[in-house]
Amino acid sequence: MYSFDPTEEQQMLVDAVNKYAVNDLRPAAREAEENNDLPKKLVSKGWELGLLQASIPESYGGFGERSAVTGALALEEMAFGDLAGTLAVTTPSLFATPILLAGSEEQKKTYLPKIVAGDWSPYTAALIEYAFDFDPNDLKTTATLQGENYILNGEKAFVPFARGAESILVYANLDGQSQAFIVGKEAGGLSVSDEREKLMSLNALPMYRVRLENVKVPVANRLGGAAGHDFEIILASMRIANAATAVGVANAAFEYSMNYAKEREAFGVKIAQKQAIAFMLAEMRTEIEAIRLLTWEAAWKLDQGREDASNEAYLASTGAADMAMMVTDRAVQILGGHGYIREHPVEMWMRNGRGFAMFTGLAIV
Amino acid sequence: MPIEFEAPKPITNAQFVLKTVAEEMMRPKSRYFDEHEHEIPWDYIEFMHSAMKAMGGSSLAPKENGNGKDAEKEKRPPIGYQLIAAQLEALSWGDVGMYHCLPGGGLGAAAVHSAGTADQRVKFLSRFNGDKPTFAAMCITEAGAGSDNSAIRTRAVLDEKTNEWVINGEKIFVTGGDKSFTEYEKLGRGFIVVWASIDPSAKRAGMRAFVVEGGTKGVEVVKLEKKMGIRVSDTAAISLVDARVPFENILGSPTVEKNMAGFKKAMATFDATRPLVAATGVGVARAALDFLKEKLAENGVKIRYGIPRQKLSSIERDVIDMEIMLKSAWLMVIKATWMADNKKPNALEASMSKVKAGDVCTKITQKVVEILGPLGYSREFLAEKWMRDAKITDIYEGTGQINRLVVARQILGYSGAELR
Ligand SMILES: Cc1cc2nc3c(=O)[nH]c(=O)nc-3n(C[C@H](O)[C@H](O)[C@H](O)COP(=O)(O)OP(=O)(O)OC[C@H]3O[C@@H](n4cnc5c(N)ncnc54)[C@H](O)[C@@H]3O)c2cc1C
Ligand SMILES: Cc1cc2nc3c(=O)[nH]c(=O)nc-3n(C[C@H](O)[C@H](O)[C@H](O)COP(=O)(O)OP(=O)(O)OC[C@H]3O[C@@H](n4cnc5c(N)ncnc54)[C@H](O)[C@@H]3O)c2cc1C
Repeated sequence: MYSFDPTEEQQMLVDAVNKYAVNDLRPAAREAEENNDLPKKLVSKGWELGLLQASIPESYGGFGERSAVTGALALEEMAFGDLAGTLAVTTPSLFATPILLAGSEEQKKTYLPKIVAGDWSPYTAALIEYAFDFDPNDLKTTATLQGENYILNGEKAFVPFARGAESILVYANLDGQSQAFIVGKEAGGLSVSDEREKLMSLNALPMYRVRLENVKVPVANRLGGAAGHDFEIILASMRIANAATAVGVANAAFEYSMNYAKEREAFGVKIAQKQAIAFMLAEMRTEIEAIRLLTWEAAWKLDQGREDASNEAYLASTGAADMAMMVTDRAVQILGGHGYIREHPVEMWMRNGRGFAMFTGLAIV
Repeated sequence: MPIEFEAPKPITNAQFVLKTVAEEMMRPKSRYFDEHEHEIPWDYIEFMHSAMKAMGGSSLAPKENGNGKDAEKEKRPPIGYQLIAAQLEALSWGDVGMYHCLPGGGLGAAAVHSAGTADQRVKFLSRFNGDKPTFAAMCITEAGAGSDNSAIRTRAVLDEKTNEWVINGEKIFVTGGDKSFTEYEKLGRGFIVVWASIDPSAKRAGMRAFVVEGGTKGVEVVKLEKKMGIRVSDTAAISLVDARVPFENILGSPTVEKNMAGFKKAMATFDATRPLVAATGVGVARAALDFLKEKLAENGVKIRYGIPRQKLSSIERDVIDMEIMLKSAWLMVIKATWMADNKKPNALEASMSKVKAGDVCTKITQKVVEILGPLGYSREFLAEKWMRDAKITDIYEGTGQINRLVVARQILGYSGAELR
């Protein structure tokens, strides 16, 4: 059957996330962006919503079951509040979810209970590399087997909370395949840049370059153990998350500009009464819906273990990047000169909007 | 039910069967009828009629016994409109013009279905289960009233002596008007649904739809249009001069209320049919994209999915973008029809699906012709025809602009007066 109704449980979660997004994240977003700083309390509060905890079974200390659909619903809703805040709150998932999906029993037991037990703690992952044609399936960071260890070499970019991270899940190229390796903070040869990444947006999210020089990773710390794992599923989960957050940001921009257009007068009428504005709004709403459904479908397929889930996730993420750029650009346009001024959030969302073309790896469902 | 994207069995079955129909009965004739405008595809019509009868219903309209019992008996969630959308998409993948030549009532029956009483449904819709293929059509548009259908000039006046409506006016662009009205040996008696005003001073509130039986005196098909595409589908101009129809053929209330309830109910037809028209657009677009991929594969061009855009060739990007458009448009159709099936108000989703499908099918078919170059432009293949066929999707059943207006009004909470 086709059905588009979230379950009651999902709806309750979405409502709770929405409250947090609207009452906490959104009001703090501008200051956080200007001051390059997210209040710790704000992140903790988001963590307490329990998105990650609810995706981990009781046997590993959580209280639920992971579902990509639920993840997509929750991420969209949170990103509706603020993207940087969302990525900060969910950073530990970048480490924990791949372990849940593909980790060895030992890895699950070692890390999952620890991560979900207490307050938000700095576990993160490093996928992105600093190259214009960065390709998650063609990593320049390498892993080579030497005896009992893998040796990692390379440089990772945009790694959230790398400074002070307990452990980083590092993705590297092993014989032409992307594989993840658990790298503890104490690992020799691991260095995190002093300076934070300076990007077009996401100022509030502390991100760093991470260098790996002959970092030794015991075979047991390869994700999934010696046998490794299926990277496609992890990548698909990241792409779905990227699409879901893009939908959230786009929806924020759409709603804000629509409300503005209903208030703003020009030439004796509300500007929303002008077709030039109204048609933009109609198209924004339509394109948001299109990508939302594509994202849900990809998430559902992933949950079902469908063969084409990876491809669907790729399409959703690719479409989301275009959609988010278009929608956020128009939101700024609808506010006119005021959209360009940093008193309104739309310019920030437009800067976010372009990012979805390269943010895969910063969130996961 | 939780969020789910599993196509129900009846839909996958229909898609399977109709793919064969499209390949065997439609595609081989596509070019012929494109080049022999106004010839009627009798073989196809008769085949489809008996095939549909054999499958248990000779109409694509939702199963209807006049009292909706079938739906109640069913324990599972209803999928009537979703199934129709899938059928229309599959047929339009074959040939969207020939889909219009499908007997079974089309938009005319849809109007009776959504605006008529239970008695009227039985009376007017049962004919589609008869021995002969039968058509019905919808007549709203006039030369001076297209998008703005409040400008309709056709009048219906009640002759109290005979208790008949007397209708005068001229309708244009009636899809299937000829097959619905003209009495052909091979066809059962069809009808046209004519929109007219019973009280011009009441503007929209005075508009009603009337079932005018095929062959009614005073009614005449005066012209068959020559078109850019969907040439196999007849597009008729019909004049009505003192045409008399029985009192009970009016759909909706015979008196004019102050409010717009009557008009709104009639317009609700569009909430049901817009996603279906959108589905036909998706079908043509899929035909074109499938064809492109086939030709690219024949020529050794591979589409590398999953790699960054920066590394993709221009053709790869185009194909991937088209897939995104096509898939998401289809999901919007499914959502809008799913809402209709579940009796959720879907005016917004219905119009959004039409906006999206209108965009998507014009863009995709145009892009496919471009990418295929001389092969695309040549009449040796069907790509150029699909581009001509697809364009109509963005015009009828509310132009792209009109559907944008509907969407905008819905999201802004504006009336027609506030945003026109
Ligand atoms: C960085 C910057 C520098 C500037 N420098 C100067 C300067 O030096 N001197 C100066 O005088 N001004 C200056 N401006 C102001 C600028 O010219 C105005 O912002 C611009 O004219 C738009 O007006 P607005 O911002 O009030 O938008 P609005 O007029 O409120 O427009 C909002 C939206 O409605 C649309 N809209 C408005 N009317 C209609 C209509 N009839 N039909 C369809 N759509 C409509 C607009 O296109 C826009 O998308 C500057 C603005 C900025 C941001
Ligand atoms: C092949 C074919 C089959 C058809 N089948 C049927 C049928 O079966 N029954 C039937 O009743 N009709 C049918 N139609 C008619 C069709 O529904 C109309 O053509 C359509 O509604 C547009 O009306 P119009 O052609 O008069 O264009 P117009 O209304 O004159 O529109 C011209 C342009 O102006 C735009 N426009 C109009 N109003 C606005 C507005 N308020 N804001 C912004 N832009 C606006 C339109 O979008 C369009 O781009 C058919 C048409 C064709 C071509």
